[in-house]
Amino acid sequence: MTIIVPSGTGNVYAGSGTIQHPSWSPYDENGGTCVAVSGNDYCVVASSNRLSTGFSILTRDESKIIKMSHKCVIATANCQADRKTLQKTLQTRHIMYMHNHGKPMSVAAMAQLVSNTLYYKRFFPYYTYNLVCGLDEEGKGAVYTYDPVGSYERTGYSCEGTGKDLIQPVLDNQLKASSPLVLPAENWMTALPMDDAVDLVKDAFVSAGERDIYTGDVVELLIITKDGVRTEHLDLKKD
Amino acid sequence: MFRNQYDTDVVTWSPQGRIHQVEYAMEGVKQGSAAVGLKSKTHVVVASLRRPQVELSSSLRKVFKIDDHLGIAISGLVSDGRSLCRYMRNECLNHKFVYDSPMSTARLVRDVADRAQVATQRSWKRPLGVGLLVAGYDTSGPRLFYNCPSGQYYDYKAFAMGARSQAAKTYLERNSCLPEGELTIETCSIGLVGKDLNFTLIEGQSLQPHLDAYKAAEGADDDAPGDGGGGDAPAATPMETS
Repeated sequence: MTIIVPSGTGNVYAGSGTIQHPSWSPYDENGGTCVAVSGNDYCVVASSNRLSTGFSILTRDESKIIKMSHKCVIATANCQADRKTLQKTLQTRHIMYMHNHGKPMSVAAMAQLVSNTLYYKRFFPYYTYNLVCGLDEEGKGAVYTYDPVGSYERTGYSCEGTGKDLIQPVLDNQLKASSPLVLPAENWMTALPMDDAVDLVKDAFVSAGERDIYTGDVVELLIITKDGVRTEHLDLKKD
Repeated sequence: MFRNQYDTDVVTWSPQGRIHQVEYAMEGVKQGSAAVGLKSKTHVVVASLRRPQVELSSSLRKVFKIDDHLGIAISGLVSDGRSLCRYMRNECLNHKFVYDSPMSTARLVRDVADRAQVATQRSWKRPLGVGLLVAGYDTSGPRLFYNCPSGQYYDYKAFAMGARSQAAKTYLERNSCLPEGELTIETCSIGLVGKDLNFTLIEGQSLQPHLDAYKAAEGADDDAPGDGGGGDAPAATPMETS
């Protein structure tokens, strides 16, 4: 009997003495880090462009971010096969929405769609860690963070991927916003001006690139404001 | 009218070799409000007249975006048009999802035509009552097609349909450069097959040498061979898929 699990975890059958490990996994961990920070009138989304498998680099030039519209982007980390299909599916649904409604989806609507799409495959998940980002209907920055099966919440900033554990504490410390860990939920949006937030994200990536082997090569940054989406690239070490 | 005997359903031919129900459907298109299409070397334009049914009502939308590179204008039964529009949008999305590239205009037009044809050959269906002007830009350049309720489709440089469209047609004909009625690579196709020769379709540019040879033979009026083809068949051209 085959059970679909991410590789590296074993199966234990109640009542049997043997542990079975699958010899093949439908998932592959392709690494990479995604970060998003939102402010009063902007949202910065960044992801590393390195694609890896095992200890090898597959390419230095694979973007993890898809631009859905002028005010909504989705950054996805981990399994590239699932990322590509998920992003394609979401984009197709977005085009259908635009045909039927005559306008692009709001970030909140996209956030819900992503959650439903992920949960639809609850029992053979998209092995992806998503960040849905953009400007909300009031023009404020929005970041929604997900787990692989669609559990999501809106936060002021977040990161996902292999460099998450290195970057998240830095953001918690530096963004001068309440931590999302504090309840009741407060406004976690940072008061930092946009340029400072961009610099912080860049610094965070440079640091993560030092210690995380899966993060490196190039960082693609998308800065979303009411004037549209601006793209920057930051070179990281290639080792 | 005598034709009433043979027009009860779409699966009956008339003695004159016509299917009246299909022709009635095409008549329905002529009753719709006018739409015009025109193309240049780089662009295609379609326009439609938005004529409200009643003074007090708003007019219906008659031009629809199908995909980034494709749009349509409709004339006739707008509800049939919207149904086709939904189908075309879906096909384009599926194609983009599976092949990661925009669907070619001609292929989509052919699919629409095939669907329209089904309705002309089932006793429990009726032909669609809408004419489509399809404007698209793909790797083959700007394309303009007209889809007919009969299931036929035509590639046009310029076209007009709907009520009082004849005036538009005449204007377009007068103002476009039309080739004269002679044999050109656009106006004829040749197919040949035989011993040691698979069926070969000669169309487009590969026709040119044959036409030149034919014209040379016509003009020379001597005992040169009638056509340029002698023993060897020309290289087989790939069949046009769209």
